[in-house]
Amino acid sequence: MGMVVLIVLTIAFFIVRLAPGDPAALMLGPDATPEQAEELRSRLGLDQPIIIQYASFIVSAVKGDLGQSIFFNQPVTQVLKSRAEPTVFLSLFSLIIALVVAVPIGIYAAYKRGSFFDQSVISIAMLAASVPSFWTGLMAQRWLATEYGWFPASGYGGPDTVFIDRMVYLVLPALVLGVVNSALILRFTRASMLDVLSEDYIRTARSKGMREPRVVLRHGLRNAGIPIITVIGLTFALLVSGAVVTERVFNIPGMGNLVVNAVLRRDYPVIQGTLIVVAVTYVIINLVTDLLYLLVDKRVQY
Amino acid sequence: MEGQGLYAERKVFSLVLERRSSALALLFFVLVLILVFLAPIIAPTDPYLMSVRQRLTPPGDSFFLGSDAFGRDVLSRLLYAGRVSLMIGAGVALSSSILGVLIGLMAGFFRNLDGLISRIIDAMMAFPDILLAISLVAILGGSMINVIIALSIVYTPRIARIVRASTLVIRELPYVEAARSLGSSTVYVLTRHVLLNILSPIIVQATFIFVYAMLAEAGLSFLGVGVDPSTPTWGIMINEGRQYIDQAPYLILFPGLAISFSVLSLQLVGDGLRDALDPRIARQM
Repeated sequence: MGMVVLIVLTIAFFIVRLAPGDPAALMLGPDATPEQAEELRSRLGLDQPIIIQYASFIVSAVKGDLGQSIFFNQPVTQVLKSRAEPTVFLSLFSLIIALVVAVPIGIYAAYKRGSFFDQSVISIAMLAASVPSFWTGLMAQRWLATEYGWFPASGYGGPDTVFIDRMVYLVLPALVLGVVNSALILRFTRASMLDVLSEDYIRTARSKGMREPRVVLRHGLRNAGIPIITVIGLTFALLVSGAVVTERVFNIPGMGNLVVNAVLRRDYPVIQGTLIVVAVTYVIINLVTDLLYLLVDKRVQY
Repeated sequence: MEGQGLYAERKVFSLVLERRSSALALLFFVLVLILVFLAPIIAPTDPYLMSVRQRLTPPGDSFFLGSDAFGRDVLSRLLYAGRVSLMIGAGVALSSSILGVLIGLMAGFFRNLDGLISRIIDAMMAFPDILLAISLVAILGGSMINVIIALSIVYTPRIARIVRASTLVIRELPYVEAARSLGSSTVYVLTRHVLLNILSPIIVQATFIFVYAMLAEAGLSFLGVGVDPSTPTWGIMINEGRQYIDQAPYLILFPGLAISFSVLSLQLVGDGLRDALDPRIARQM
């Protein structure tokens, strides 16, 4: 894991160095004077040899220092922290919605395999995975928010909005993102339940006269758990990608919106910082899912 | 060996066609390809032709699918935009497959490289695709070729991972050992014995990457960090239509449907291929 994090940092460092031309001049835009560029270069340490730059970048990143945002003139970590709340809750709510929708339906579809229900569910999941999430978002915003007024159409409240009211702004975006992302979880749940339900011990449980719900949930779901947990870990990457566009659709001031604006403003330290924070979070989440295996399946040992 | 391989491929193809949904999907996708390929011939007008007096005309006689805010014909733009979107999908699928095969074969065959390459693959896959893609496009600049490069970098690890895993299995098989002990060169063994035998999973994965790349391109264009906005793509059309969602919802509806149905058909084809190649999964479906 340490190695992967180091490589993540290395990739994030070199991505910005890939830019053709002088990064300082690029960040300042065409109107900058050579003196300003020179000043920024020495402030960012760009006048040092690349090896020194790399080493000091890694050392500060490990200490939790991701550099200064050019646009905000604040530490990147502080900028990210101020935008984290909506993104974290948006991802969390969408994941909960996706699980609540996908797991029971996936289990039931596997149980009723080949039935009309099963086939419709698969087709709908397939369709949901084919529609771009921002398109679904725009449609939901247009009809459910603007037309019927069931949800706030966009934004995240003002500075005085209390926490619970801020969360109300996330309901519709989370629904959109959750439903879009449930497709993958649903297909995985169904597939792993199908695998398990044909096992001998399920037949044994049935022949003991055990009731069906208990057979399916206790003997089936428990053993289908590992692939389902794995896919939850994998969904994180999808959720973050989805959050970037969904925040844009609903104009939510989260990390996704921040990074898109950073791209438009060429605020490279913010882009770099977001990449690092998200990738490291992903690595940690996958470590946690690995540990969860231990709880779900006593046969797994590390 | 070679004869058997060809036989297997032919059988796979007929298995895909046997599944009605996959066959229909393939037919639909080919139809889309033909339509966008013939865009210069069948498009009713020039996709860039503006007629401000006829702006935001709803679908009807003068414009079959309506006109946009500059009075440009939506149907013509949809056809031309499809060329760009599909070209990006195909370009990404192709280049990430080639790169992924090279990297995966190296990792799978040369043990001393495996550790490092696998860690790099893990690290690359820790970046969510849209996030990595917009960062790369930000650095490279927004043009069609740069979007293809950026998305190819994003999706290469997926191919490389599969190729590596399959190579690890195949390199231990007796016929590879036999070929090596007969003095075949490494390159010969890799291309002739390993690559030919893992072609099927690569093709399946490439189909899905085509899908992801089309969706990602739409996402990038929507975020305003994709292809140069003067070139229409389906994502750019949605982004442009966004402002007029109340007056002219069809501006968003049609490109959205175009993406969704192209993606859906390609996914069904990919699923059909995967099931045909992996009978264990096929039986469950």
